[in-house]
Amino acid sequence: MKILELTALELSEKIKAGEIKVKDAVKAALDRAKEAEPAINSYVTLDEEGAYAQAEEVQKKIDAGELTGPLAGVPVAIKDNMCIKGQLTTCSSRILSGFRPTYTAQAVENLRKAGAVILGKTNMDEFAMGSTTETSYYGPTRNPHNTEHVPGGSSGGSCAAVAAGECFGALGSDTGGSIRQPSSFCGVVGLKPTYGTVSRYGLIAYGSSLDQIGPVAKDVSDCAAFLEAIASHDPKDSTSVERKDCDFMSALTEDVKGLKIGIPGDYIGEGLDPEVRQAVQDAAKVLEEKGASVETFDLGLVKYAIPAYYTIASAEASSNLERFDGVKYGYRTENYEGLHNMYKKTRSEGFGPEVKRRIMLGSFVLSSGYYDAYYLKALRTKALIKKEFDKAFEKYDLILGPAAPTTAPKLGESLSDPLKMYLGDIYTISVNLAGLPGMTIPVGKDKEGLPIGMQLIGNAFDEKTLIRAAYTYECATGKQYEKMADIRAAMETGKEVG
Amino acid sequence: MAQYETVIGLEVHIELATKTKIFCGCSTEFGSAPNTHTCPVCTGMPGSLPVLNKKVVEYAMALGLATNCRITQVCKFDRKNYFYPDNPQNYQISQLYLPIARDGFVEIETAAGKKNVRIHEMHMEEDAGKLVHDEWDDTSLVDYNRSGVPLVEIVSEPDMRSSDEVIAYLEKLRMTAQYLGVSDCKLQEGSMRADVNLSVRRAGTEELGTRTEMKNLNSFKAIAHAIEGERARQIELLEAGKEVVQETRRWDDNKESSYAMRSKEDAQDYRYFPEPDLVPVVISDEWIREVKARQPELRPEKLERYSREFDIPRYDAELITESKKVADLFEKTVELCGKPKKVSNWIMGEMFRLMKERGMEAEELAFSPENLAKLIDLADTGTISSSVAKKVFEKIFTDNVDPEKYVEEQGLKTVNDEGALRAAVEKVLADNPQAVADYKGGKQKAFGALMGQSMRAMKGKADPASVTKMIKELLEKQ
Amino acid sequence: MANKISDETIEYVGILAKLELSDEEKEEAKADMEKMLDYIDTLNELDTTGIEPMSHVFPVNNVFREDVVTNGDGREETLENAPQRKEDSFEVPRTIG
Repeated sequence: MKILELTALELSEKIKAGEIKVKDAVKAALDRAKEAEPAINSYVTLDEEGAYAQAEEVQKKIDAGELTGPLAGVPVAIKDNMCIKGQLTTCSSRILSGFRPTYTAQAVENLRKAGAVILGKTNMDEFAMGSTTETSYYGPTRNPHNTEHVPGGSSGGSCAAVAAGECFGALGSDTGGSIRQPSSFCGVVGLKPTYGTVSRYGLIAYGSSLDQIGPVAKDVSDCAAFLEAIASHDPKDSTSVERKDCDFMSALTEDVKGLKIGIPGDYIGEGLDPEVRQAVQDAAKVLEEKGASVETFDLGLVKYAIPAYYTIASAEASSNLERFDGVKYGYRTENYEGLHNMYKKTRSEGFGPEVKRRIMLGSFVLSSGYYDAYYLKALRTKALIKKEFDKAFEKYDLILGPAAPTTAPKLGESLSDPLKMYLGDIYTISVNLAGLPGMTIPVGKDKEGLPIGMQLIGNAFDEKTLIRAAYTYECATGKQYEKMADIRAAMETGKEVG
Repeated sequence: MAQYETVIGLEVHIELATKTKIFCGCSTEFGSAPNTHTCPVCTGMPGSLPVLNKKVVEYAMALGLATNCRITQVCKFDRKNYFYPDNPQNYQISQLYLPIARDGFVEIETAAGKKNVRIHEMHMEEDAGKLVHDEWDDTSLVDYNRSGVPLVEIVSEPDMRSSDEVIAYLEKLRMTAQYLGVSDCKLQEGSMRADVNLSVRRAGTEELGTRTEMKNLNSFKAIAHAIEGERARQIELLEAGKEVVQETRRWDDNKESSYAMRSKEDAQDYRYFPEPDLVPVVISDEWIREVKARQPELRPEKLERYSREFDIPRYDAELITESKKVADLFEKTVELCGKPKKVSNWIMGEMFRLMKERGMEAEELAFSPENLAKLIDLADTGTISSSVAKKVFEKIFTDNVDPEKYVEEQGLKTVNDEGALRAAVEKVLADNPQAVADYKGGKQKAFGALMGQSMRAMKGKADPASVTKMIKELLEKQ
Repeated sequence: MANKISDETIEYVGILAKLELSDEEKEEAKADMEKMLDYIDTLNELDTTGIEPMSHVFPVNNVFREDVVTNGDGREETLENAPQRKEDSFEVPRTIG
């Protein structure tokens, strides 16, 4: 059990020092997964055989002195919307049944080059559409802190796996909060980088202009290390940005003196759970005590982010998901009459209700006669929201707030009212619209023991300030909210385990 | 019946002659085994992303500039959404809102005179794959080799009034693209395709009638027939008091008729929106200047140069420059043999005759300028007679033979042996006393008969001037 | 302004999106869409006149590839996941005729 309590960076140090073998680290994580999976269901695929094969290879390179990086030998998990050559990749959807990509996503490739060992693919809301990881074709993932509750979503599998010790770090993707919100619910550190920082090549698209891959980690240092490993300028992704400042680990310094922090009034106002509000305000106070200045300000347009987001994301999704048609890969319906019937039956049987809902909405807002009123209006709103952030960053170095209005809800509570579920994205969504970096770190627990996260939002290309503030907070509080989830206790609290 | 005017606009697709596809590094080579030139990008694999081929932008710009268009200096790509198996993503990456070029024109000339056909816009897009229909299984087979091959679509204004004008417009576009080197425009391989938008209206009225769009036109002949057929169909409807329905029709080349392509499942609502996976193309004045500077000599400049440099008739120059391929052949051959007049004569005479006889396009010419130059030298030096030269040319035209070797191997050189010639002519004169008598009696025609027989006796290898001389000499002696 | 989605509209969007909904699903889809559109209509409170629609958030432009062939024969990989393959092609229900 000792191995599991190490962070990724600590583990890699011990591996490089010869104290732990890569295969022992893999075994520890896999054993933990075997124990936890029946209760948590973080993974769609666990690749035991492949993991040991990689472990052997990585061990050789470490022994030969070829792999010396901070993540060498670290077992990780990948959200199941990133392609890995030859490995089942499903987006947690029936429509990608049996799909084995013929190439590997650039971010995963980068992580491999850093010496990480991939254990498997994590569960998610189908096509990343959801905030609870309940819409997966492979069944819901449960919160490792209390299995009656959801882990959040859509990267719920990745966050739960890290929280439960089923891996030492994971990749998630964030289109409207899909890394930050489940990180908050699961008590782990998650970061959505500035749009264009991590290549989207090989990430199965939901909303192309909003999607970004990012790390989910046990602590801030690991998070910075993972981000540094996966960030790259990729000529295969036209929206990838060439950056010279991807040495994110250099920002791991305990120093927020003079840092100007703004808290949007709308982020701590009506609709926010009082316990969450208290924890976030306490965390802000910690940073203030460390020398930062904190004040509340009016961000503006906060309430328009959700309708703009759902218009843009649904429109892009309706188009991105057209390729799933039973012709080239994945599921094709058994019985059909003619081409169009094949299309319709395949797609109707292959997609779940939430995906269909967004495809329908997206197709409608793009259809003849509605494009200007809905889609263009949303793109104009996006421009205004971006302007509001630009204004805010003229005054502040970073923006602080909660990641979600509540702690993790119970299973089954959210799906009955989609609109209500969408409203839960209020604090995370505008960050994607403006392409900004955002990060969640654990800052407390509610009275039921469910984690509370704080979100830090940075100016474009300024992840380092986020990392510095988060690291400073972590040092000041002794990582007290970053403990691995006690699965046995969680299973006990969440009596009914599926 | 009332007089009707036909109003035609064209949407012309031209495949650009880049080495790779528009958004990936797959080859654009024509005629390979199914699905060999494919990758995750051009088959719409989940997670793959497009990256724009710079050459495509430059070729499209060159075509835009050569057709007097305005280049859109911030141009963007959009997605056109429709489900069809030849379209692997079920959306086509195209340009709707900010196409690369707009507001141009080309000048055409027909029997009715010269006129300008305006170009509304020109946009870049990706081609679709190929569907082959399996008669037995009631299935279609999809090949994505063509998927992602770069296209430029040129949309004209409805400025054409007859199939003659349409053909002239297409020929002009084809010539321009070929001159620029941006496309080979082979209709039979589908690298040039045209959709015809056609409506009719009473002569003298201004208002446009309801139009139909005709697709699947693979030859100039099909285009001409489709236009005539559609014009007649629409007039018939109007004369019968019925209305023309705005629709897309598919031309069936075998049946020589068209049918409506309507189905409940074709909503024709493409839900265009800006392609989020591609960034805008910003074209600076500098870049436009560069592309202009690289622009090869086009036909008007070429014609002018020909009249300056070569002493050939204007009419010949016009015919030769009608196709870039022929113009290149002409210039190359002249460079090798230095005899523009002779080269022009071969092209204007024998070459065009053989092309017409065999129904060939200039693009199909496959012989080398080296061989034509050699042939001209052989004929010039009297090594072969003109009648032999014509035969050898046909051989060059068909099989691209080396005339020097061929003449040698076949023993076709002019015979300069005076003894043999004298003997042959003596025999001809002896065998044809009547002709000899006729000639001496003043019938000039009889000389031709003697000449023909003597040439035949020499198997065509004698120099006609020498034969003439010999006949006259021997006749005088008699 | 409450949005009203007709049966025809749902039918039409189903054709566009290639989704076949049962009667029950159609009713649900109508209700969901009406609710979402009402919500999206709150954007009309914003004056966006003169605002350029923003599709790309950062001003990155002119990202190109050179025209060099980098891919070889991709046939086997392309066809590897085909639900129905015939020889070297994908097989689909007959498209025309």
